[in-house]
Amino acid sequence: MEVLVKGEGPLLGWHDPDEQRKWVRDNKPRHMTDKRMDLGQAVSRFVRDGDLLAMGGFGHVRVSMASIYEMIRQKKRNVTLSGKTATHDCDLLLSSGVVSRIEVAYSFGHELRGLSPASRRMVEQGRVQVLGEVSNAGIQWRFKAAAMGLPFLPARVMLGSETFTKSSSLVAKDPFSGKNILLVPACYPDVSFVHVHRCDRFGNSQIDGVSIMDWDLARAARRLVVTTEKVVDDDVIRNEPSKTMIPFYSVDAVVEVPYGSHPANMPYLYYSDEDHIGEWLKVSRTDAGTEQYFQKYVHGVKDFKGYLELVGGQKKMDNLKEIELLKAQTTAPWAE
Amino acid sequence: MASVTSKIIEDGATVLTGSGLPMIAMALALRTRTPNVTIIFEAGGIAPRIPVLPISVSDSRTFHRAIMATSLDCVMSTAQQGYVDYGMLGAAQIDMYGNINTTIIGSYQKPKARLPGSGGGNDVGSLCWKTIIVMQQDKKRFSRKLDFLTTPGYLDGPGARERAGLPEGTGPYRVVTQLGVMGFDDSTKRMKLLAVHPGVSIEDVRANTEFDLIIASEVSVTSLPTPEEVRLLHEEIDPSHFVLR
Repeated sequence: MEVLVKGEGPLLGWHDPDEQRKWVRDNKPRHMTDKRMDLGQAVSRFVRDGDLLAMGGFGHVRVSMASIYEMIRQKKRNVTLSGKTATHDCDLLLSSGVVSRIEVAYSFGHELRGLSPASRRMVEQGRVQVLGEVSNAGIQWRFKAAAMGLPFLPARVMLGSETFTKSSSLVAKDPFSGKNILLVPACYPDVSFVHVHRCDRFGNSQIDGVSIMDWDLARAARRLVVTTEKVVDDDVIRNEPSKTMIPFYSVDAVVEVPYGSHPANMPYLYYSDEDHIGEWLKVSRTDAGTEQYFQKYVHGVKDFKGYLELVGGQKKMDNLKEIELLKAQTTAPWAE
Repeated sequence: MASVTSKIIEDGATVLTGSGLPMIAMALALRTRTPNVTIIFEAGGIAPRIPVLPISVSDSRTFHRAIMATSLDCVMSTAQQGYVDYGMLGAAQIDMYGNINTTIIGSYQKPKARLPGSGGGNDVGSLCWKTIIVMQQDKKRFSRKLDFLTTPGYLDGPGARERAGLPEGTGPYRVVTQLGVMGFDDSTKRMKLLAVHPGVSIEDVRANTEFDLIIASEVSVTSLPTPEEVRLLHEEIDPSHFVLR
């Protein structure tokens, strides 16, 4: 296949498919063992200096926020983030110093809430390095190539744009049609955290609602920590096997964390906590405010349970459930 | 803008929509002229009955009573197959060929402002048959030279998309702003003023466009939203004033 142009971006998380197969053979669990552990253990064991990290979900939706707070608590550093629609997750990881480099699909924004003061400041002042750009389909299909065990996948996006120029993709002549085609390289994140509605002790997981990129991401990641609202009996999975989104052999750790997506939305269970996100957007306008936030909500509490108490406890969670079920109206400080 | 945008799409069409005003326009379209439009959100929501404005293109409102809650892979593959008639996007900057920037203001190495990047924007603009862009219009935003080409419009003119390898016969279709509605000239693929909102003159539009805008031989005037549309927008669709502040 004739290669026409190469993007300038660095190739992150790519492995030769045979090297990756051997890695899987030698490192991934293929017997069903109980993988439950606490969040502190999972983060300390699986997040290493220099890792490429990709968070499941979609920025404010079904994100393993509890593990992000734990990474900050453990003062993880020098991590590269796959900015695959990374919004609140990205904002906290960049401004806390955990992440120092990022590949951007969608980052530094909070969708309707506006742009992120903290992570934009980090980038505009050169404290976080942007390594390159990619589109959402581009990054999704990088994970898909990895999940298929292939070195790359062809796609018809990013062509003709500077998003391509700053990416690690290349343009080749399609040997079948003779047309130009984009090739996206496989991406195997070193570690991913995916928050799910329920899973068994082995890691067989169900997700309700949109799966976003997580089917592929869970299979692409070399190490996968599943955080779950609830660990369920093995039979719950076996009774409805068509609902299994992530199989046990992709999973390295299972951590039960009720409300683990807070302040992000967990479909059918609780809506995003706009009061808390609003508070963050306000205080994170300055470095001092950002630091105070982390002192209060991360270092000032023992664990995620302590954080949940601080943001309003069960009463707040019940209210977020009402909003999720459309029984109460959302109000948002950033919209006033 | 939401009312005008809601009228561009015909009933029964499939529409992949981004965040903000495009989402409001589609929620309005669903409740008024085009109840059979299939709205698609990039994170996997297909044909939801949008109960109230979602804050994110993936939150639970984007698949409320939908026909399918699937994946970004599925949605983008569907668009790549040719099933998606319209894509709707916002933008920070646009040029005369409808190329858009949502990545950076200033230089890439030393940005004056770092914007979110492509997200699904490049994919929507690459894969949907017709792209509709909803944005504010002024001389900085309607720019002769983009700071960054995030999402392809007609690139540098007729045939350029196809030469780059993008799907044939796709591209920007309408640009809706606070001043009026623009389309693209068939032979040059350059932006062309089609309609102005009531009280806006052609000169107003020119004065807020840095590049040379083609003016249609007959520029029409859009109609104001009806009282019922205004009520739906403020009471049902965006009661918390997320966008309509």
